[in-house]
Amino acid sequence: MSIQAIRYRTIPIIFCPLWTFYLTRFIFEVIVINPLFATGPSINTRLLVAVLASIALLVAERKSSQLDKLRSALSMITYPIQSITDWPLHRSKETLESIQSLYNLKEENEQLRQEQLIYKSQLLKYEALEQENIRLRALLEKSFKLGEQVLVAELLSVNLAPFEHVVVVDKGSRFGVHTQQAVLDAYGVVGQVYRALPLSSEIMLITDPSHAIPVQINRNGLRTIAVGSGQINRLLLPYLANNADIKEGDLLISSGLGGIFPQGYPVAIVEKIILQPNKPFAEIYATPKAQLNRSRELLIVWKSEAPIPLETQETEQTDENHAGK
Amino acid sequence: MPENNTFSYGRYLFSIIFAMGLNIAAWPQPLAPFNPNWILLVVIYWVLAAPDRVGIFSAWTIGLLTDVLTGRMLGLNALINSLVAFLCLRLHKRLRQYPILQQGLFIFFCLLVSQFLIFWITDSQTIARASYAFWLPVLSGTFFWPLVFFSLRAIRLFRRIR
Repeated sequence: MSIQAIRYRTIPIIFCPLWTFYLTRFIFEVIVINPLFATGPSINTRLLVAVLASIALLVAERKSSQLDKLRSALSMITYPIQSITDWPLHRSKETLESIQSLYNLKEENEQLRQEQLIYKSQLLKYEALEQENIRLRALLEKSFKLGEQVLVAELLSVNLAPFEHVVVVDKGSRFGVHTQQAVLDAYGVVGQVYRALPLSSEIMLITDPSHAIPVQINRNGLRTIAVGSGQINRLLLPYLANNADIKEGDLLISSGLGGIFPQGYPVAIVEKIILQPNKPFAEIYATPKAQLNRSRELLIVWKSEAPIPLETQETEQTDENHAGK
Repeated sequence: MPENNTFSYGRYLFSIIFAMGLNIAAWPQPLAPFNPNWILLVVIYWVLAAPDRVGIFSAWTIGLLTDVLTGRMLGLNALINSLVAFLCLRLHKRLRQYPILQQGLFIFFCLLVSQFLIFWITDSQTIARASYAFWLPVLSGTFFWPLVFFSLRAIRLFRRIR
């Protein structure tokens, strides 16, 4: 199997449809016609071959990233199954939306318009603040990364594994998505791209037990790490001492350390603090700001690699413009 | 039992794809841990029903596709499927004579083996925290076995009996 796959892999990516076709046909042949050892060895030998092949795959994936291409190729076959599974729920939601009453729609429209007005006015202020921030940082001679690009991706309602908080979205490496990109929704940080496949990508939520995100408290800048708890509405802050300056209701924002999440996005709100005088660290719970189980549209973020230069004429010009207004 | 007359590739593939859909279907949150490994159940059924057509390599390939579908390490479900298919091939003559309850015991054993393999091979934090809920698919899978068995038999034999 793996030898065949490698042979197919060497065909240039330009012939991708053809290539996928070959792979599909090969898989089909193995499932349906079962050509290997049609009359030959006993089932013991077959089991041995299958087990050795599986172990080889398991080890090879740990040791190198070569198998990612095999996975991408196979995902061309499995992605349709995912989208078919998503289809009924997606459809029913759309139908529900389309039979809403005119009155409700009008009301919602009015509300959205008001919200947009508020956000626009806040954005005006934000632009001025951003320029001021860049100027101040230039005074401090610190570089500043800014200006992320985003891509809207839609969630597929599938559940890959019962205990992992991993979701699938419908944008993949065809759109330039790559692993370890931050993912946001309208309210805060959702997670990061865990695996980018050609047509879809898997996103690990911040509440997954094997996920951790560097955060800081917005009020005083105290930095720590928020670890997923396995519950969709809870994060743990296991590394803060009993006397740390933290209060219930504090906003946690991403600190930008670690290089995956851009700095300054809201992550969670501190929910409960249990002091443990007999232990070095307190037990602190936080509730994610993002609507992890409700958002259907997610934003995948590209960070701008180059920091904004410290002193340029452009910034001064825009400053003047703002002053003029 | 004339399996050769009653085996249809279309129905076989359809049942596998349907099981893959069920495997990743989004169940409501409190019920999600109960979602059994439908693909394995369907593979077990086909190995028992048509051991001359569906063998270890078919099970292995389906397992590989399952790995990609559910984002596991490549080879994990392939290993499980081929081992379980081997057990079924070894015992299929006896198992087909058993009443459904006794078959259920065997299915329970197969699912337990598969879950143990996942437990040993995966080094995820997730399983360590999931506690007893991790083993629920074994119970629910055994519980759903009669459903899988009778519905797949109905699909296999529908307008095929001669």
